[in-house]
Amino acid sequence: METVRTQALTRRFGDLVALDQLSLAVEEGEIFGLVGPDGAGKTTTMRLLTGILEPSSGEAWVDGLHAVRDAEAIKDRIGYMAQRFGLYPDLTVQENIDFYADLYEVPKAGRGERLERLLAFSNLTPFRRRLAGNLSGGMKQKLGLACALIHTPRVLFLDEPTNGVDPVSRRDFWRILYQLQQERVTIFVSTAYLDEAERCNRIGLLHQGRLMACDTVDGVKGLLQGALLEVRCESPRRAAVLLRAAKIGNVALFGDRIHVLAEDADRGRSSVEAILRVEGLACHGVDVIEPTLEDIFTSALPSGAA
Amino acid sequence: MSGLNFRRLGAVARKEFIHVLRDPRALGIAIVLPMVMLMIFGYALTMDLDRVPLAVWDQSRTPQSRELVSRFEGSRYFSVVARPGSYGEVEGDLARGRTMMAVVLPVEFGRRVASGRKVQVQILTDGSDANTTTLAISYAEAIVRNYSQELLVEKTRRITGRPPALPLDLRFRAWFNTDMESRIFIVPGLIAVIMMLITALLTSLTVAREWETGTMEQLISTPIRGSELILGKLAPYFAVGMVDMLLSVLAGRFLFDVPIRGSLLLLFAVSAIYLVGALSLGILISAKAKSQLLASQFAFVATFLPAFLLSGFMFDIANMPKALQVVTYLIPARYFVAFLRGLYLKGTGLAELWPECLLMVAFGALMLLSAIRSFKKRLA
Repeated sequence: METVRTQALTRRFGDLVALDQLSLAVEEGEIFGLVGPDGAGKTTTMRLLTGILEPSSGEAWVDGLHAVRDAEAIKDRIGYMAQRFGLYPDLTVQENIDFYADLYEVPKAGRGERLERLLAFSNLTPFRRRLAGNLSGGMKQKLGLACALIHTPRVLFLDEPTNGVDPVSRRDFWRILYQLQQERVTIFVSTAYLDEAERCNRIGLLHQGRLMACDTVDGVKGLLQGALLEVRCESPRRAAVLLRAAKIGNVALFGDRIHVLAEDADRGRSSVEAILRVEGLACHGVDVIEPTLEDIFTSALPSGAA
Repeated sequence: MSGLNFRRLGAVARKEFIHVLRDPRALGIAIVLPMVMLMIFGYALTMDLDRVPLAVWDQSRTPQSRELVSRFEGSRYFSVVARPGSYGEVEGDLARGRTMMAVVLPVEFGRRVASGRKVQVQILTDGSDANTTTLAISYAEAIVRNYSQELLVEKTRRITGRPPALPLDLRFRAWFNTDMESRIFIVPGLIAVIMMLITALLTSLTVAREWETGTMEQLISTPIRGSELILGKLAPYFAVGMVDMLLSVLAGRFLFDVPIRGSLLLLFAVSAIYLVGALSLGILISAKAKSQLLASQFAFVATFLPAFLLSGFMFDIANMPKALQVVTYLIPARYFVAFLRGLYLKGTGLAELWPECLLMVAFGALMLLSAIRSFKKRLA
């Protein structure tokens, strides 16, 4: 069953098209990642799906409800964590959670138990009397998650939830998301971190408001036509310029290595070696490697964008 | 408005109470500011004329001239601070602001009075403050006329052997403010103006703050309704506003000695209605402005200035140009000023003041509904 579905969903802000004809579907119990650089339209998508922003055109359904016509009914069934920390810094951890529990009319009976579980689950139990403003970045995000989960939503929308969070807290955070997935909660998460996108069941690549690809992580990587070569050589910066000028394929610089997307592995390797030899640059090796999402981005997106 | 959920309303009210109580600075301002304003305006805005600094140049130095001077000295409205000996000195004192008025008695004053002939008394004033000067002149005129009349009576008695019967006998009595102290008139109106300002300022920040800090985005993704959010937000500020009102009434009664002749119950009931309107206006401004700075500035301009200038508190509405008079009907403070003055000074109740009360109810309801409607669960 599809929990989230969009049909040519579009949102314009004046002349700017923030989201252009987005069509996608997310299955129940899936962790779906919306991946893209800043300004790709991730937050706009989140706001359209949570019913707090109206689309310019197109339609969207969440848990079978229409995002515009049934916007208020949707709000009972979803949990949303905005990109900016949306909790009250002068309220304690417990007061923040209680506030959202009341807004969602979580029954008093059984609420204590649920609260304890959420606190334990997010390691916030020792901090329940601490003011939210005095929490660390990672703890704030976990508190935001706890508030979004207090009413046991069917769908969870998380807008860049681990932005600016330390690696340990990020791992904790994902552990919680996997546990939720066990409970058949559908999770729609946006991220600019490609390593994080690899944790999702399926991802959608968003760039300048357009969906470039939508598949499993492996499926998206499979979209890369040809062989990916990793070149290690002398003066990589200069070499990259030369290779790009030779137009043998998409060239991207990753630190001191150059990734070249060639049509064919062997022919690509020989052309690379030939070009470097002519220019007198020592070549330390050319290997065929598995593409990462970053490669997808740098090859799929217009040069200079990623 | 349909389906007001009291649990959500209660949750918002509880959260707002916590915001208020955990911000002692803001709470302090909310309580202290009205008191400070009451003190400043209550003492500074008195329109009574007291002890006008007076210069007396008695060129005559006779029992007759000293008699007139002593009447100025004995009056509570004047205080003789200078005894100049020339017009140069008189002018210098007036110019420096050392005196506001000078009485000049000519050399022949004593002689002419004694012989029953007409004599001129010259009064020079600093006319820059027209209102005060007019008042001071009328006091001075009264003193001179009184003396003049006594001289006339004395003269007639000497000639006819009995005092003349004056044709008209004026008996003057001021009702409601027997001693005609402007303080008693000013304080009730001042309370109305202060309440309007402080309450709109209090709430003008609440909605804008949520937009600024980003909590609003989280809030509108929940099932909360406008009515629940707005009423919940009003609750703590209503409590603060009523405390302010109580303190103002107590200060008026015990600090300024302003008697309350009307019903206390009615006073607080109508104040509560006025408060709801003013608080809702603040929320309305806040929801529209979406920025705390803009909201507080706008609240100040939208409430204080009209309440101060157009409510009839400072300037009599009847003396305003017709067009401006029409505008005053839109200023809720106008009705509250009229209501408080009536209740404080004349002890009038609903029987006389119902139109004002009705209009304040209308204002409160309109503002509250607009505030609720202004809350949109949509971004941009």
